[in-house]
Amino acid sequence: MTNIWAVILARLPLAALLLACSFAYAETKNSCLDCHSALPDPLGVSQETFSHDIHAQKGLTCASCHGGDPTSDDADKAMSRKAGWKGKIDRAQIPQLCGSCHSDPSFMRTFNPSLRTDQLSQYKTSVHGKRLAAGDTKVAVCTDCHSVHDLRAPSNLASTVNPVNVANTCAHCHADPNYMSAYKIPTNQFADYSQSVHHSALAVRGDLSAPTCTTCHGNHGATPPGVAKVQNVCSNCHTFQAQMYEKSSHKAAFAAASLPGCVVCHSNHGIRHPTDAMLGTGPAAVCMQCHTPGDACDQARAGLQSGLSRLDEAIKGADQVLGVAESSGMEVSEARLGQDQARDSLTKARVTIHSFRTDLVDQDIQVGLKVAAKNLQAGKQAMVERNHRRVGLGISLVAIALVLLGLRLYIKQIES
Amino acid sequence: MSAWHSLRDWLNDRLEWDDLIEPLRKKAVPLHGLSYWYFLGGITLFLFVIQVLTGILLLLYYRPGANEAFESVQYIMTQVQFGWLIRSVHAWSANLMVFTAFAHMFSVLFLKAYRKPRELTCVSGVILLFLVMGFGFSGYLLPWNTLAFFATKVGTDIAGQVPVIGKPLMIFLRGGEEVTGATLTRFFGFHVAVLPGLATLLILLHVLLVQRLGISVPPKLEVEWNANPAMKREMKFFPNFMLRELMAWYVALGVLGALAAIFPWNLGVKADPFVPAPAGIKPEWYFLFMFQTLKMIPSKVWFIDGEVLGVLTFGVIGLVWLLLPFFESEDPSRTKRWITGLAIFALAYVAGMSVYGHLAK
Repeated sequence: MTNIWAVILARLPLAALLLACSFAYAETKNSCLDCHSALPDPLGVSQETFSHDIHAQKGLTCASCHGGDPTSDDADKAMSRKAGWKGKIDRAQIPQLCGSCHSDPSFMRTFNPSLRTDQLSQYKTSVHGKRLAAGDTKVAVCTDCHSVHDLRAPSNLASTVNPVNVANTCAHCHADPNYMSAYKIPTNQFADYSQSVHHSALAVRGDLSAPTCTTCHGNHGATPPGVAKVQNVCSNCHTFQAQMYEKSSHKAAFAAASLPGCVVCHSNHGIRHPTDAMLGTGPAAVCMQCHTPGDACDQARAGLQSGLSRLDEAIKGADQVLGVAESSGMEVSEARLGQDQARDSLTKARVTIHSFRTDLVDQDIQVGLKVAAKNLQAGKQAMVERNHRRVGLGISLVAIALVLLGLRLYIKQIES
Repeated sequence: MSAWHSLRDWLNDRLEWDDLIEPLRKKAVPLHGLSYWYFLGGITLFLFVIQVLTGILLLLYYRPGANEAFESVQYIMTQVQFGWLIRSVHAWSANLMVFTAFAHMFSVLFLKAYRKPRELTCVSGVILLFLVMGFGFSGYLLPWNTLAFFATKVGTDIAGQVPVIGKPLMIFLRGGEEVTGATLTRFFGFHVAVLPGLATLLILLHVLLVQRLGISVPPKLEVEWNANPAMKREMKFFPNFMLRELMAWYVALGVLGALAAIFPWNLGVKADPFVPAPAGIKPEWYFLFMFQTLKMIPSKVWFIDGEVLGVLTFGVIGLVWLLLPFFESEDPSRTKRWITGLAIFALAYVAGMSVYGHLAK
């Protein structure tokens, strides 16, 4: 019993402090919003807007960034330099101001121990950061991407830096030809990206792991990856393709010609879903942009394309026969499952294409062709079995009809 | 002396065989314009026998259990010689049996064959119909495919709505809070032991009552034949009616074979309790009218939960249906018209709601 009292007494000062703090928090006054919620833009900030801000939710106030005395109802006192009031933060000072907390691991740990604290140092290495340091205040600072006064956590769907919103946020500046005119860089990235397979995976399929601008360019340290390093960016997700490409003859050839690896065939922002037609000679073809018709590479290209087509057609053929067998009520689920194996081989062959070696691609094609042929055989067997059943049914129905006729005649005989 | 006569003499010496089958020789079937409805009971019995035989054959390979049931049925369908035929006949025969049992019940109602002294024949028949539906519900889960899994989940959920005993009943049926492998083994037990035992006893009683009480004639005809016995027309049960019934069984066999060969029963996809229920999941067609009704009842009717109200209403209707023969007049010339009206309404409601349930999304 004595021990319990000792523990309670030992905790009393802490409990009293927590109680005092909670009263103090409850009584915290924020006179800034009293006035600014009534002001028009750009000085207006409503109570409702600020309530969504993660900083407000964590207990920070206007004074945390702008200084001043929010407890005073007197505007002169509240916004006096004596009270530390800074007024509107100069754009050039914004990264430093945000970094004063966000670069302090000990301080940030009290809110979220897993939050990174290298944003400012990364920002300084970015094109944005370097230009800002050089005096260009048109470049993006923290508030341009994260917004201000209603800043939300990136996991929040309404956040400007949520994966689904990042491209729109970047496009705000990078798709504006007037704004970007001084920098002499294209402004079609967002339009291209909107047509890409990556955008479709992210925005249409809802796959949050699909790449957006920051996945390839980085976020706080945003910078173009550079011609020589493009494959390093793509290989983060497309690992096997990158491994094949690393060992291929194209790696050295592209490097020698200062060509940007993956981008040469797949483009960058507007990457479409790759098709086997890229290996062809039609409008979607990419090989013939560099190679000469009839040369050894052109022949290898034709071999690769015909191998993929053969396997694709074999899979479709087996699918068709299995589909008919299935719609006839035949049990072909095992062969159906086997078709996934054949499709996997086709996918693997399409990946192996990045080695540009016909022998390696042919190995995958042969595996797939073997599986598809087996499944086709299972489908044909099922159709033969179906026909046998129908013949059996016909014979049985004839036998039943004969018995019925016999019974009818017998009934007639005994009743006559 | 033929072998048959020798066998008969042998049986007569020991069992007095001729005396045993004498009632069958004397048994007669009334002959009139609606006599063909008398075949339905026999066809239902024939389909039950098919169910027993094919069920026993399926038991040779079927393995109850969440990890084996689907694979064993797949094995039956693909590897076992004529396994596909046995399973398809079993499944089609089950559906045809439910159909003929319903048709038999409505024919009995419309011909007023449930009147005194056949009340107990009717009661045993209605209980048999409920058992047939129980066979359907329990058997549907046995292949352990996705549709069966979720249909059982929905079905047992509905059973859980019964006031007071609902929750314990649901747990008893499922063998726990959720539909699992325990539910499957339980349903297997009901399907191959409990229900066949009960059904066999009731079928024996039902047939014995039919044999004891004879076959009913429609009341109007009964009045006419009583007034003028010369008008009465009959057919000997054995062999005349029996041979015709045999013809009907052969036709049913042909239909079963054709359905099994042209539309083998689908196996579906193995049940996965962790995937969401497929959209628009529905029970077997013979439960659709109840399912659709429960779906249409508002969630609250006055102060009663809509689903509870629906389950209670169907319970009361089932009880009334069972006791319907006791509301009928004993006088064939003064039969109750409201019972025929009720039967017409019930048939229209069941058919209409089943079609609506089938078409509804």
